[in-house]
Amino acid sequence: MEAFNYRKAGSVDEALVALNGADDGKFLAGGMTLLPTMKQMLATPDTLVDLAGASELVGVSRDGDTIVVGAMTTHAAVASNSDVQAAIPALAALASGIGDPMVRNRGTIGGSIANADPAADYPAAVVGLNATVNTNKRSIAADDFFLDVFETALEEDELVVSVSFPIPLKAAYRKFPNPASRYAVVGVMVAQSAEGIRVAVTGAAASVFRADSFEQALSADFSAAALEGLSVDSDNLNEDIHASAAYRANLVGVMTKRAVAAC
Amino acid sequence: MSVSVSMTVNGKAVAAEVADETLLVTFLRDDLRLTGTHVGCDTSQCGACTIHVNGSAVKACTMLVAQADGCEIDTIEGVSDGETLHPMQQAFKDNHGLQCGFCTPGMVMSALDIVKNNPSPSEQDVREALEGNLCRCTGYTNIVRSILAGAKDMEAR
Repeated sequence: MEAFNYRKAGSVDEALVALNGADDGKFLAGGMTLLPTMKQMLATPDTLVDLAGASELVGVSRDGDTIVVGAMTTHAAVASNSDVQAAIPALAALASGIGDPMVRNRGTIGGSIANADPAADYPAAVVGLNATVNTNKRSIAADDFFLDVFETALEEDELVVSVSFPIPLKAAYRKFPNPASRYAVVGVMVAQSAEGIRVAVTGAAASVFRADSFEQALSADFSAAALEGLSVDSDNLNEDIHASAAYRANLVGVMTKRAVAAC
Repeated sequence: MSVSVSMTVNGKAVAAEVADETLLVTFLRDDLRLTGTHVGCDTSQCGACTIHVNGSAVKACTMLVAQADGCEIDTIEGVSDGETLHPMQQAFKDNHGLQCGFCTPGMVMSALDIVKNNPSPSEQDVREALEGNLCRCTGYTNIVRSILAGAKDMEAR
């Protein structure tokens, strides 16, 4: 790993000052992606601003019909939180299936969504549950947050503070994990709320996306049978050593049906 | 640049000045000479470097020393009571839960984390919770057996 300056921030304000004072600084959340990326020299920031000391970024609370998860809350903490388990069990289950236990003890929701790995689990939760990403500057709707591979709507000096999840009527997440990494080859969050049905797909394309035709079919008839004969176009899907685009397209249908059945 | 850190390692206070980019596993092995924590893959996949930070299992190859400032660290060296093996270590010995032994320190540290979160785990619980620990010798059968036996012994005490 190349040398860099480590700065510990005690608050969001301190973190922003430290980042703005660096030439090429990055925020450090749990470090589960950033540190391995730096070991491989794929990222060489001159400064890391550690957010672990900013206590306002940690914790889960229920605010009426919304679950608010602080950006530095670990996957393990989300998975074991009784408010999350009671209000959005699909979110707790998703968090409990990320990576492995040691990764879940360090990795955070803010780090995961800011990184926007195309195969990460949390993007499916954020988009599928129609969450709002709250930053130090503004609130960003889930549909506007994820732009492309490792690309979000976040500006250079913008920090995720929390994610607000409206509590759905019902929801379920199903993924086909890579057997080695546990990243989603394809993962699908299906959620039903007063606003309608959402089907968010991660792992299959450059970025999380909504399966519109599936949402329409499920709006008319919320059953796995309603998806018979429907498929997503494989043209823009990922193709790699793990799965072809056509295989991923098929998996989107299978995982959606399983999620609907589990709702 | 360097950073001053202080932490508790296996119950003892430790203070040091390290380069900002120093990994926790490097500090434990090279500076403190606690070489029971192994570096297998160095890409956060194998779990041979598993230690406990404030009571939770983490991969020491994917954490900076600076991030551990003020923390309580437990490594495999702190598990036994002097020459008397911890029940979980004894269970690995009794059940032939290792062959070459390279992954074993990480397996034992993960096993203790599993039992802390779930005092009487099922076989399936153990297999799922070992997701982050790779063994290339045993095929896991005797490791799972060891952890189930160790959990029972710990509960009996």
